Amino acid sequence: MSNEYSPVLRESATFDRLTIQEIQRAAETGIYDIRGGGTKRKVPHFDDLLLLGASMSRYPLEGYREKCGTDVVLGTRFAKKPIHLKIPVTIAGMSFGALSAQAKEALGRGASIAGTSTTTGDGGMTPEERGQSQHLVYQYLPSRYGMNPDDLRKADAIEIVLGQGAKPGGGGMLLGMKVTERVAGMRTLPVGVDQRSACRHPDWTGPDDLAIKIAEIREITDWEKPIYVKIGASRPYYDVKLAVKAGADVIVLDGMQGGTAATQEVFIEHVGIPILSAIPQAVQALQEMDMHRKVQLIVSGGIRTGADVAKAMAMGADAVAIGTAALIALGDNHPRLDDELKKIGSAAGFYDDWQNGRDPAGITTQDPELSKRLDPVEGGRRLANYLRVLVLEAQTMARACGKSHLHNLDPEDLVALTVESAAMARVPLAGTRWVPGQGF
Amino acid sequence: MKTINLTESTVRDLNQALHDQARDLREREWLVTHPDGKHNLAVGINEALSIDIQGHAGYYCAGMNQKASVTVHGNVGVGVAENMMSGMVRVKGSASQSAGATAHGGLLVIEGDAGARCGISMKGVDIVVGGSIGHMSCFMAQAGRLVVCGDAGDALGDSLYETRIYVKGSVKSLGSDCIEKEMRAEHLEELAELLNRAGFDEDPASFKRYGSARQLYNFKVDNASAY
Repeated sequence: MSNEYSPVLRESATFDRLTIQEIQRAAETGIYDIRGGGTKRKVPHFDDLLLLGASMSRYPLEGYREKCGTDVVLGTRFAKKPIHLKIPVTIAGMSFGALSAQAKEALGRGASIAGTSTTTGDGGMTPEERGQSQHLVYQYLPSRYGMNPDDLRKADAIEIVLGQGAKPGGGGMLLGMKVTERVAGMRTLPVGVDQRSACRHPDWTGPDDLAIKIAEIREITDWEKPIYVKIGASRPYYDVKLAVKAGADVIVLDGMQGGTAATQEVFIEHVGIPILSAIPQAVQALQEMDMHRKVQLIVSGGIRTGADVAKAMAMGADAVAIGTAALIALGDNHPRLDDELKKIGSAAGFYDDWQNGRDPAGITTQDPELSKRLDPVEGGRRLANYLRVLVLEAQTMARACGKSHLHNLDPEDLVALTVESAAMARVPLAGTRWVPGQGF
Repeated sequence: MKTINLTESTVRDLNQALHDQARDLREREWLVTHPDGKHNLAVGINEALSIDIQGHAGYYCAGMNQKASVTVHGNVGVGVAENMMSGMVRVKGSASQSAGATAHGGLLVIEGDAGARCGISMKGVDIVVGGSIGHMSCFMAQAGRLVVCGDAGDALGDSLYETRIYVKGSVKSLGSDCIEKEMRAEHLEELAELLNRAGFDEDPASFKRYGSARQLYNFKVDNASAY
């Protein structure tokens, strides 16, 4: 209808520009979109929580003088050799293949400087990573690519992966452009295949079987290594209970904000739950089994700042893990790469085509020329700096809450800004005593 | 020969004693009595030992074996010789599902039948089965050879990579991207060698060969109906 005013174009909330673009892309190509990273939609997160600093009813600690401990011991339940980390921020599992050898080495260097662990991924253990990692967690995945008992014995802990937050129920994916001769050799695959990993373990199918599988790995490693079980957050209350019953030493719980090297966009955005909603379920499961703090809980999926670390630990986690943030610390999506990223259809701050191996930062690539751009020593230094900042920030807030160790943070130190986050995190809405779902 | 009686010793005692041989070899010949279906027997061995298990074993018998020769005088549960790297495992009876799963090397001989998912995700092991195998065997199998002297169940070799499969009897159905292939002289030769190593007196010419059509190695829109 015409009138004397300038027309206002109204975008459909249902068919917005992104949706229209995706329909057109699907019609053009006939295949789903694949990308890296975690969910991009806004979900209730740690930003929706606030910490309650001390005043009259609680005493704060001197911010720059009094000690606030940060160490954590993982694997105290059964392992003869638990892992003792200086900080409760670990590096999540990411594969050589998804990442360059330089990136894996840099992660190991940075983690070791900071006194924490790093983790292998779906593709085996590289000498670069083992050599530079003081504490290395070896993932035991459905594909078992590169799995061998020698590396199992070299590991400091073993993480049985049931799923990851970006794609609970889905297997790994590594597209052919990244399956180079070295990657293919480690995985016993033909060079250049689109590697689609299995989503189920090949030799066990349920929690009773898992108990026997965990016992087997303990037997092979003479009961020395902590055994983690990693769960993609979907039904954490039940999954945690079953994993603990099966004999896990440590639970790793990954929310939907957790990254992936390559997965269908629709999967990343529509499967799984936010980490904020998963932690209380996991903690409840552990508490009901009298296993909270006996089986340690590591949470991941969208950890970015020391505030996130402090809030996650206040909710009951023993430690957190970072993946995407660690890659950003190494140089992923750096503004200096903006021109190059624009040439490949992206921009600094938006780049998520980690699946195609063209990363100008040299991180999510197997291209030898691109990989060379990442200096593992400098990358390790940057990661260590970032880890230090995370811990300093978390300590600052913990001291303000009167806590002499990050582990002393508890849910009473938290309030929520929104009804949704209050319900999910099971802490009161700020200024009230109301925890939705728990009555008035 | 050292004998371990599992009514008197634990599985932990057994495995620790076997592991200790890799550090300080004292005894190559081992006899395990009264296994009574216990799980995780003789797992993670890393020495050229010879181990006889006198009875039935449970899950993951000889898992991740390196160098050792393990003979089970009975049946075995799930995942016998899973992720084996080298050596030999012989089952005188039958095996449950996932026999030889993800194994990288060595030889697994099952004189009886094997259940579902035999050779799932195998990565270089050779498996010879005297009887028949269950459904979804060699699913996503990557490398190595599977020989079946009996029949194969549904969806043999689904999403197969480079494993070669030889079956003497019937195949109920082939999985996605698995096809029958020409049996050339080199295949008859390798099959004869495998049968000989396994101790089976079968005529290689009576087998058919199956392998990957390699049509699903890379994403193609036209292949969507295969999944």
